[in-house]
Amino acid sequence: MADISNNFVGIKSPNPFWLASAPPTDKAYNVIRAFRAGWGGVVWKTLGEEGPPVVNVNGPRYGAIWGADRRLLGLNNIELITDRDLQVNLREIKQVKMDWPDRAIVVSLMVPCEEHAWKAILPVVEETGADGIELNFGCPHGMSERGMGSAVGQVPEYIEMVVRWCKANTRMPVITKLTPNITDIRKPARAALAGGTDAVSLINTINSITGVNLDSFAPEPTIDGKGSHGGYCGPAVKPIAMNMVAEIARDPETHGLPISGIGGITTWRDAAEFMALGAGNVQVCTAAMTYGFKIVQEMIAGLENWMDEKGHASLDDIVGRATPNVTDWQYLNLNYIAKAHIDQEACIKCGRCHIACEDTAHQAITAIVDGVRHFEVIEAECVGCNLCVNVCPVENCITMEPLAAGVIDQRTGRPVSPVYANWTTHPNNPMAKVAAE
Amino acid sequence: MATGHFKQGIAGGRLSPEQYADNFSDLHPPLDHHEALVESDRCYFCYDAPCMNACPTSIDIPLFIRQISTGNPIGSAKTIFDQNILGGMCARVCPTETLCEQVCVREVAEGKPVQIGRLQRYATDVAMAENKQFYPRAAPTGKTVAVVGAGPAGLAAAHRLARHGHDVTILEARPKAGGLNEYGIAAYKSIDNFAQAEVDYITSIGGIDIQNGKALGRDYQLSDLTRNYDAVFLGMGLGGVNALRAEGEDAQGVTNAVEFIAELRQASDLASLPVGRRVVVIGGGMTAIDAAVQSKLLGAEEVTICYRRGQEHMNASEFEQDLAAANGVTIRHWLQPKRVIAEGGKVSGIELEYTAMKGDKLVGTGERLTLTADQVFKAIGQSFVPAALNGSGALLALEAGRIKVDAEGRTSLANVWAGGDCIFGGDDLTVSAVAQGRDAAESIHRALTSNGRA
Repeated sequence: MADISNNFVGIKSPNPFWLASAPPTDKAYNVIRAFRAGWGGVVWKTLGEEGPPVVNVNGPRYGAIWGADRRLLGLNNIELITDRDLQVNLREIKQVKMDWPDRAIVVSLMVPCEEHAWKAILPVVEETGADGIELNFGCPHGMSERGMGSAVGQVPEYIEMVVRWCKANTRMPVITKLTPNITDIRKPARAALAGGTDAVSLINTINSITGVNLDSFAPEPTIDGKGSHGGYCGPAVKPIAMNMVAEIARDPETHGLPISGIGGITTWRDAAEFMALGAGNVQVCTAAMTYGFKIVQEMIAGLENWMDEKGHASLDDIVGRATPNVTDWQYLNLNYIAKAHIDQEACIKCGRCHIACEDTAHQAITAIVDGVRHFEVIEAECVGCNLCVNVCPVENCITMEPLAAGVIDQRTGRPVSPVYANWTTHPNNPMAKVAAE
Repeated sequence: MATGHFKQGIAGGRLSPEQYADNFSDLHPPLDHHEALVESDRCYFCYDAPCMNACPTSIDIPLFIRQISTGNPIGSAKTIFDQNILGGMCARVCPTETLCEQVCVREVAEGKPVQIGRLQRYATDVAMAENKQFYPRAAPTGKTVAVVGAGPAGLAAAHRLARHGHDVTILEARPKAGGLNEYGIAAYKSIDNFAQAEVDYITSIGGIDIQNGKALGRDYQLSDLTRNYDAVFLGMGLGGVNALRAEGEDAQGVTNAVEFIAELRQASDLASLPVGRRVVVIGGGMTAIDAAVQSKLLGAEEVTICYRRGQEHMNASEFEQDLAAANGVTIRHWLQPKRVIAEGGKVSGIELEYTAMKGDKLVGTGERLTLTADQVFKAIGQSFVPAALNGSGALLALEAGRIKVDAEGRTSLANVWAGGDCIFGGDDLTVSAVAQGRDAAESIHRALTSNGRA
């Protein structure tokens, strides 16, 4: 049986599935339920400095987009950090950590960008026995207007400065949570590393408006006729998050920096993908907020089963395995040629591949053959773009089949070359480097 | 003396009032808003969709379902009505399981088609509930068209002609408009007087004058119409009922199924409608099923359908056969009626002969079976009665006993078109009648306006 126990910057948990800092981890009641359900750890919802707690809106905090059958695909929120008293939170953290010593409890923090504010909060958190802290430099709404959250995360110099303060003032591991509302995710990651961070976690939520009420002409979620951009998360953001994880994992400057992957993780497969790209563990929120804590049972069993099937003994066998395969476009093999193939047994003849190809791509799929409704790839036209695969409602009905070396590509009339060749040496590239003879 | 369920002979009041109401409630209850959204999400929006091609009226089904899913049921209804102004009734009575839903790719993929009929009902119900009228009439053309019969073909033709600005007079023999929608469909398929609501919805366009109690051949002749109107559309359906060709079929208790169905639809109190304790229905089509199921629902204890060929030859769809079975009707195959047995002039049983195929010919085997029955329904098809065309009918060519038309619905007689069950080559479906009426109207419009220009 595969061992899925996790050691993330020295923080141990029985599995790599943590709940992200968010409403599900706001208080002991929820966290205990999560641990009972099997979650390996939690990042306690962000604490602020001592004093009157923040206040939240008293109307809708969440907006969403849905797929077919109203399946929630993306969720946004305008909730702030915890609105509970700091001392209550600290007491509960201490108690839960005592009661659940094998689970990871990391405390998310956000205080003003001043050293004394961080110096004040770090010891009281440390006193709870928590395993680590996560610096919330990501929250894109509300707190950022007050110079915190993503307002810090968008300025690499501030990130480095605050991380340094924290490392100087606590023995706890420091995880720096990054905002995706930035053009190049490598810059804040490098800054966090320069400040001495133990790890980064990403992504936090993305600035978003999920909808507009067409009666009131107000953005959703709407508070008394007005709306504000909220932080977007859920399955819709997973591709964005995975790219950012991969960018940091493969950046020579940050390569090897531990990453806690976050963003739309819903199933064991999502988690495995993040870890393959370089995440040492994962954090989940929207899936739990959609289906409840029980989903972790599917994640644990699914990950174990896959690892057993593939012979991966521990998480170390999978973390970062896909990172070397993420490269720049210019290094992709232009001699690799694939063609779509439609399994006629599996085809239900909806015709979506045809119309997608016909209207918007390469006119490479038939609709009628010999007077009969029949969908078949015209290899002489197919550029292997994969659009048909993506619009087909039947899994594995259309597959991309690589052409073997030497086979004639009917589109070009030329044989497939066995040699790897990319854009850097392509004759059409004016900047091409001529290969040494 | 036995009462209720067990009354001998043909009698009413077999059930409690609640049972009648329950038995004749909606066969397919309407989808509510949530159900409609969930179901509409299942549609794949196929290219050149098989469902659309299977629809005799070519409704753009993927588009109307997409409009439901995007919260535009009114637009959805317009997509339906553009092709089929009787889309509301067709949503209720179409044998979708042999048309659109049979070829739905989800039927192919998972044996569970998108419920197209029920979605169509959802959209059309929304539009009809607010009497949303989509079609303004074109400027008056001054042309007049007579339509014989206010059934699906006649109503579809009338609406399309009225849209084009022609003035339409519908002459209907029965006291109410609607044709088979009003008189020929099982009550549980069209509850709450839907057929009349639909007639009102269609005629709201204006320019359609329905005159009831006007029968062709009795109250007027075809030549009167060709003389007094610019064009004539014949959509009078089938007036005759095929005989059993069994000895003694004039006994009391032998009834035409179509009359029974019509009577049931018109009954204000179902308890007053008499039905036998033991009923035998002869036939294998939708009418046989409708008569058998409704007999059962009225409280008949035993109902048996006898059909002279095999299950696979029945005109009734598989869904209809299952419906009958689920209601406790026994369907027996390979039996043909030979003799109605009567006691004191009243039916007491029916003698049938087993049949078999000999080569490609159906023959009696000589072996016989007697079923006890106090009521026998004839449901072995209807026929066109050309007698009504007398006087001017000589010039009207028939084919296999029905009116011969070309692809546009033109008869052999100048300025006379026809559609619906009375023409040759149809499939006796409401939806086909609508298509024929609509297309004939377009042909009439072209003829009256020199190719569409008024």
